[in-house]
Amino acid sequence: MLRIENLNKSFGEKQVLKDINLDINKGEIVMITGESGVGKTTLIRCLCGLENYDSGRVEYLNDDKGNGDNSIGLVSQSFDLFPHFNVMKNITYPLMKVKNNKKTEAINKAKDLVGFLGLNGLEDNYAYQLSGGQKQRVAIARALAMEPNYICFDEPTSALDYKLRDNVGQLIKTVASRGMGVIVITHDREFANKYANRIFELGA
Amino acid sequence: MDYIIEVLPFLLDGFKTTLWVFGVTAIFSIPLGLIVCLLRLSKIKVISLLMQVYILVMRGTPLLLQITFIFFGLPILGIVLNRELATAIAFILNYAAYFAEIFRGGINSIDKGQFEAAKVLKLSKSTTYFGIIFPQVFKTVFPSLGNELITLVKDTSLVYILGLGDILRAARTLSNKDASLIPLFIAGSMYLVFIGILTLILRRVESKFEYYR
Repeated sequence: MLRIENLNKSFGEKQVLKDINLDINKGEIVMITGESGVGKTTLIRCLCGLENYDSGRVEYLNDDKGNGDNSIGLVSQSFDLFPHFNVMKNITYPLMKVKNNKKTEAINKAKDLVGFLGLNGLEDNYAYQLSGGQKQRVAIARALAMEPNYICFDEPTSALDYKLRDNVGQLIKTVASRGMGVIVITHDREFANKYANRIFELGA
Repeated sequence: MDYIIEVLPFLLDGFKTTLWVFGVTAIFSIPLGLIVCLLRLSKIKVISLLMQVYILVMRGTPLLLQITFIFFGLPILGIVLNRELATAIAFILNYAAYFAEIFRGGINSIDKGQFEAAKVLKLSKSTTYFGIIFPQVFKTVFPSLGNELITLVKDTSLVYILGLGDILRAARTLSNKDASLIPLFIAGSMYLVFIGILTLILRRVESKFEYYR
């Protein structure tokens, strides 16, 4: 379980996160909703180590292997694929560098994920050759490859039309069914109601 | 024609100096520029400030003066260098400052998301820089880098101040001796051919980065 306890974060005078308490279980989809500027993105940035918080705790309870190490992944709003790597290398590079996978091992893992995410045929493409939805799925594949216990999605539906939105919803469900805790930021109420196990409303 | 054949060996001899000053400077100042750039971006204020001062001095004073100072000035501090070494050091230090600023511009142009994606994926700092950031920086800065290298070819003529015989000095000597513009014209053509070849090489390397956008 990922436990967030009394988390506080300010930017200068402005307190963005105030006493946030939230537990996220593995296999569960928690959607974080709230108006713009309430600190949704700041919250997951704190979880992912991209932002320091002022006080409180982010704790991985003992059912998690790795205990904090490589235990959280992020699919950001801009996907941030590495543009000089093709799809395959975007997925395999961190595996080889961080998890010390051998090349063949990394490629096999990446091939599984390419299949799982319906990216077949795009393995040799570069980010500029992909559509928004495809980029997103590569970013998901790259994050999943690291086998995190938890994965965060920042506004996964913001750039998508209705049909693709449901695809992403299904995808998130499938990811959760693999046993990962999923944290999704969205301002899309309907989407949250449809796919979340739990909705966490971040107040202003 | 006979005259050209007569003066060519002298000019080619001078061209050797031009070539080594160019080669040595290019080989050493680019990596040094990268190091200076990283130190300049360091979060440790003192280091960053020192690098800013270094860059200011190198870019803010004439290269000719720097060559002179390193050769004639350093002996006052007990550091005596031969002319070739003094030349090489002055050129490398000077060009590294320019390269450092070019690299800084390149690194700053990389989207913050690239650093953050690398961080969340737990890539180490060195893997992030060498595997993710620098390859993208090189693509961005390559045209500016090429520009500097072309300027460097022409700057090599400043070695005359220490009495080193580069191609321009050889041409001027011949021109004065024989009261002819032909040696200068040949020297000009040799610069042009050399820079032409350099431009082709730079273009070839640049095209290697074109596989992505």
